[in-house]
Amino acid sequence: MVRADRVDRVALCGRTKTGCRAGGQDLITEPDDVTEAMPVTSTTTSAPGFASVLGNPWARFAARRLGRLLVSVWVLVTGAFLMIHLIPGDPVRAALGNTAPVELVEARREALGLNDPLWQQYADYLRHLVGGDFGTSMLSGMPVSQVIGDRLPATAELAVLAFALAVLVSIPLGLAMAVLTRGGRRRPVELAFTSGSVLLAVVPEFLVAVGLVYVFSVELGWAPVAMRQGAASYVLPVLALAVGPASILARIVRVETLAVLQAEYIRTARAKRLPDRRVYLRHALPNALTATITVGGLLLGGMVAGTVLAENVFAWPGLGSTIVGSILAKDYPVVQGVVLVYGLGVLLVNLVVDVALALLDPRSTIRES
Amino acid sequence: MSELTFEDVTVRYGSGRRALTAVDGVHLTVPSGAVVGLVGESGSGKSTLARAAVGLTPVAAGRILLDGRPLPRGGRRPLQMVFQDPYSSLDPRMTIGSSIAEAIPRGAAPGAAGRRDEVARLLELVDLPADRAGCHPAELSGGQRQRVALARALAGRPDVVIADEITSALDVSIQGTVLNLVRDLHRDLRLSMLFITHDLAVVRYVSDYIAVMYLGRIVEYGPAESVLADPRHPYTRELLAAARRPGGGGPQVADTVPAQVADAEPADPHHPPTGCRFHPRCPAGPLVHPDRTVCRDTAPTGDGRPHRAACHFVNSAADPAAA
Amino acid sequence: MTSRARWAGVLRTPVGAAAAVLLGGVMLLAVLAPLLWGGRADEVDTAHILAPASAEHWAGTDNLGRDIFFRVLVATRTSVQLALLATALGVAVGLLLGTLPLLLGPRLGRLVTAAVNIAVAFPGLLLALSFAVIFGAGASGAVPAIGLAIAPAFARLTQTLAATVAGRDFVAAARIAGVGRVRVLLRHVLPNIAEPLLVNATMAAGGSLLAFAGLSFLGLGVQAPDFDWGRLLGEGLNGIYLNPAAALVPGVAVVLAGLAFNLVGEAAAKAVGPRTATATVRNRATDSAPPTPTPPAAAPVWLQQTGQQAAQADALLVVEDLKVSFGTVTPVRGVGFTLRRGEAVGIVGESGSGKSLTALAVAQLIEQPGRVEARRLEFGGDDLLRTPPRARRRLLGTSLAMVFQDPMTSFNPVQRVGRQLAEVAEQHLGHRRGPALARAVDRLRAVRIPGAARRARQFPHEFSGGMRQRAMIGMGLMGEPELIIADEPTTALDVTVQRQVLALLADVRAADDVAVLLISHDLGVVEQVCDRVLVMYAGRIVEDLPVERLRDGARHPYTRALLGAVPDLSTDRDQPLVVIPGRPADPAAPPPGCAFAPRCPLADDHCARVDPALIEDGSGGRVACWHADRPEPALYAATEGEGR
Repeated sequence: MVRADRVDRVALCGRTKTGCRAGGQDLITEPDDVTEAMPVTSTTTSAPGFASVLGNPWARFAARRLGRLLVSVWVLVTGAFLMIHLIPGDPVRAALGNTAPVELVEARREALGLNDPLWQQYADYLRHLVGGDFGTSMLSGMPVSQVIGDRLPATAELAVLAFALAVLVSIPLGLAMAVLTRGGRRRPVELAFTSGSVLLAVVPEFLVAVGLVYVFSVELGWAPVAMRQGAASYVLPVLALAVGPASILARIVRVETLAVLQAEYIRTARAKRLPDRRVYLRHALPNALTATITVGGLLLGGMVAGTVLAENVFAWPGLGSTIVGSILAKDYPVVQGVVLVYGLGVLLVNLVVDVALALLDPRSTIRES
Repeated sequence: MSELTFEDVTVRYGSGRRALTAVDGVHLTVPSGAVVGLVGESGSGKSTLARAAVGLTPVAAGRILLDGRPLPRGGRRPLQMVFQDPYSSLDPRMTIGSSIAEAIPRGAAPGAAGRRDEVARLLELVDLPADRAGCHPAELSGGQRQRVALARALAGRPDVVIADEITSALDVSIQGTVLNLVRDLHRDLRLSMLFITHDLAVVRYVSDYIAVMYLGRIVEYGPAESVLADPRHPYTRELLAAARRPGGGGPQVADTVPAQVADAEPADPHHPPTGCRFHPRCPAGPLVHPDRTVCRDTAPTGDGRPHRAACHFVNSAADPAAA
Repeated sequence: MTSRARWAGVLRTPVGAAAAVLLGGVMLLAVLAPLLWGGRADEVDTAHILAPASAEHWAGTDNLGRDIFFRVLVATRTSVQLALLATALGVAVGLLLGTLPLLLGPRLGRLVTAAVNIAVAFPGLLLALSFAVIFGAGASGAVPAIGLAIAPAFARLTQTLAATVAGRDFVAAARIAGVGRVRVLLRHVLPNIAEPLLVNATMAAGGSLLAFAGLSFLGLGVQAPDFDWGRLLGEGLNGIYLNPAAALVPGVAVVLAGLAFNLVGEAAAKAVGPRTATATVRNRATDSAPPTPTPPAAAPVWLQQTGQQAAQADALLVVEDLKVSFGTVTPVRGVGFTLRRGEAVGIVGESGSGKSLTALAVAQLIEQPGRVEARRLEFGGDDLLRTPPRARRRLLGTSLAMVFQDPMTSFNPVQRVGRQLAEVAEQHLGHRRGPALARAVDRLRAVRIPGAARRARQFPHEFSGGMRQRAMIGMGLMGEPELIIADEPTTALDVTVQRQVLALLADVRAADDVAVLLISHDLGVVEQVCDRVLVMYAGRIVEDLPVERLRDGARHPYTRALLGAVPDLSTDRDQPLVVIPGRPADPAAPPPGCAFAPRCPLADDHCARVDPALIEDGSGGRVACWHADRPEPALYAATEGEGR
């Protein structure tokens, strides 16, 4: 489903973009809704002082974005809390098995505070979280925070490297493809790129991973199959994670660049008789990037979760293998903690994306609305 | 055959910093059987006023009355509207017949046959053959669609029809058709009509009365001939000067407008000027006459006469050089 | 085109057909495989445990000696079935959440939207894992887990689409007609968003198939003794060194099935999405590097229009037999005119008449796939058809200025206005950054922009429409222009602002003796600025006359009709406006004779057969009409018109 919604967004974006453009052609209309009337000119000249703190669009953006982050974190934390309480039956009994003595179950319930009223459990849970206490593993008895601390670096390395690779590959590739295939040029190249990227986008990371293992480890013997040992062991997991998002991003960059190349201000740039390189890099690329981030931003958050599957293929000692093992072993405090970490990671990526968008686009609606 | 009255109507969008008062205390009457032309530039709030009248936008203050009574909620809609863009105002998935039939009030034409006849009658009314009822909008030209939109508005048996820029999306050679139809319908059905446009020449052609709107307020209102022949408000004068004139003949744009006024910025609806909203652009205001501070401080009100203008210097404004 | 025809059209594209066949195959397998090979898939053969691929067992055997290939085939049903179930659940929940804002009204609707927005921020896999915790490992837990994980994205999509449709005027019209919310949703909104939703549901099915494989692979999905592709893959991966086929075959099956759904969706998306209408390309011929205009090889097919004052010594722009074509469509069909230094000429015509394309062709801004041909195209004495690109770029960059229609979109939104002007000086005048910016400020001042230095540091969105159009003119003045081409420069502006911009244009022209080529649909605008008017119809000039003669000396019936079709402040209110019957000519199929003949009250057989040439009339005008000057019958006055 990670894939599904990515593709949805690509499809949707393409559709609405061209739809707008086709709809707006050559009508001699007067834009008469007041809401789209004259732009604001006077706010930029407001006097400095206390009032300007609230008047500063950046301050307002920061306040609003922070507010949204807090709400999202609250939803995440509450969701993680409820997750355990929505499990049908007794989670402790489920974790310890049917053969466990009643006293042990009862003692464990008491220790976990499951016998308290729900609101008190919630309050304790929040209080512990604030203090950095994620609970204790039901199986190993280790503090969950320690489990996370041990495993997080491996996952973070993987995610950051894959993220960087995907972005570094997709932007030049998408731009180059847009320039090469603009206006219906080089149909074969376009066909090869679009079908290739669709294929790569559809294959989920764990299958890419399996394919990579087969080719490079089993057949060619170039790379280690699994585990995190030395730089070489990073190659396949990072590739497996980055291939899908990179091809989707490259498609988005291409679609957006093509749309931007149709824009009137590109015609203006051409009317100024600027060299092509300048038109593409200075006028088209920044605009295509903002559009790409708007459409593809969530995709990058998805990569955080994508690590789960890749780690399981490569036996990567990260959070991904931990969470699966914990779900199967019904070690709920660990599951809860790991879900929280993943969720925070996603929220962090989304925050970075929004800030990047606000920085890149001076008329950004993100800053204003 | 009804009189539509706006009483001190205010419409706001949004809230907090981005709040926007699109319509600000408007008084306006569409007399029974008359066409009132409402002109103004984009952002003046004229379309918002129309949307408020038909209930698409909530009114923040004031009342909209039909023959002195508030508009009924539910049931038959005595106000109908025709929109600017005929490519957006007809459902592309529905035949034009069903689009029109949908607007026929319940009980007005009982039975499938009754509805079919009524649709045919309405199509004939707008000069379209009745057998076009089975067409989809994509098969029609812009002018034909606009006529279908008119037929749909008439299907609701309205007392008042509001036409919002109904010709501005059409090609020049087709605008005439629609304007002729509007005049004919008005003459034959004695409809009351609020005709909104940015084009004074178009308004002059179809209207009995003209109301001029600027930044959410009506600045001038009166019988069409009177407003055009003897404009009282400086803004109306500016609009008239900018309108199409026969036999333009060669470059003649440079007028007698003072330079400060000619290059003034249009006002920002989010931060409307104090006092008279037109004063930052007004050739009769403090820009040209520094002593006229009253324009900055106090909002002018129109007097109650048939031809009224909301300007502190109605009389002297006639000649910007005077006073 | 009806939607059924469009869906059928999907199947005729190679990708669509291949995808449909693939999908059909998968479905068929899902139904038949368990019936045909159910036994062989479960057949335990302890003699051949974990055997590698062989002729007998194509993909080897598992730890109970069961044939993996047949297990993969049989697993099709479980995999597809569960994926479809999850999709159905996700789509249903998503549809409900997505349409709820419309039903609940703005206030409650905003809450639903906000909730969906927060849920969408979390990746589907994370949601699925969390739900899997709640529902427990196993197929019955994975279905709701994946379904609920799909739901937010689908809800958001539905919301976006529904909000777009709900914002259109026909929904407003229905509401005014008294149609209730539920009815509006069912009759107007859903039918108009059904196709994209269906497309995305198809892709979501592919996505949930892959997701299910993922969960089963992790051991959270289907549990033994049941099996699906993901489970087989997970089992196979353990022995990938011994028998790679055990992991690869289920993997290939998953990819193929996922592709089948996604490709069908993609192909359908292309079919139901808006056509990139050729009309769009035609009107906005903007895309890429300018193709070199080629001089026509043979004698022109169309009657040639010659520039009448071609011999004049002070000719700045000479155009002869200019044609612009896009594939087989030729929207500009042989246009010729001459512009003297300092002269202002207007081109008027309806949309589709080719007036803007003529301007773009002159400015060398027609892009592929457009083609420009001309017998002569000279600017300032230089032959634009033969000047090398580098020299042409320099020439046009400094001496030709363009002003486009929509000031809201013709500036780069992410660059400061000053920089966008300064760029010209850096590029063509060799200025460095500082002096270039100083010149930009100076030019902004020249077009009377108040506070020019401050304004230069602002972004375009901080300018009003009129100010942007001024800045655009200022950009043209960065060099030393001899010609300003203004394409509908005031159409997007208010009348009062329009007057300011036209006045500025006139001032610039007077100050530096710059020639102006003004494109407009509005005769009034042209009258205010120009010395001469060219009237275009269906890609040709039909009349060329001094502006003084426009009102009472127009000779072409189209020019006269245009004048009468639009009211001005002297129009007789008691007379109906002139109506031009019929529709504007289709550029794709221009009539053989005079293009205006089908709409012309004077037309006879001769008009319909033979295209009249643009003939000089000896008094500074040209007209292309067999019946020039003949007064038209009262036909125009009828309200018949383009309706029938």
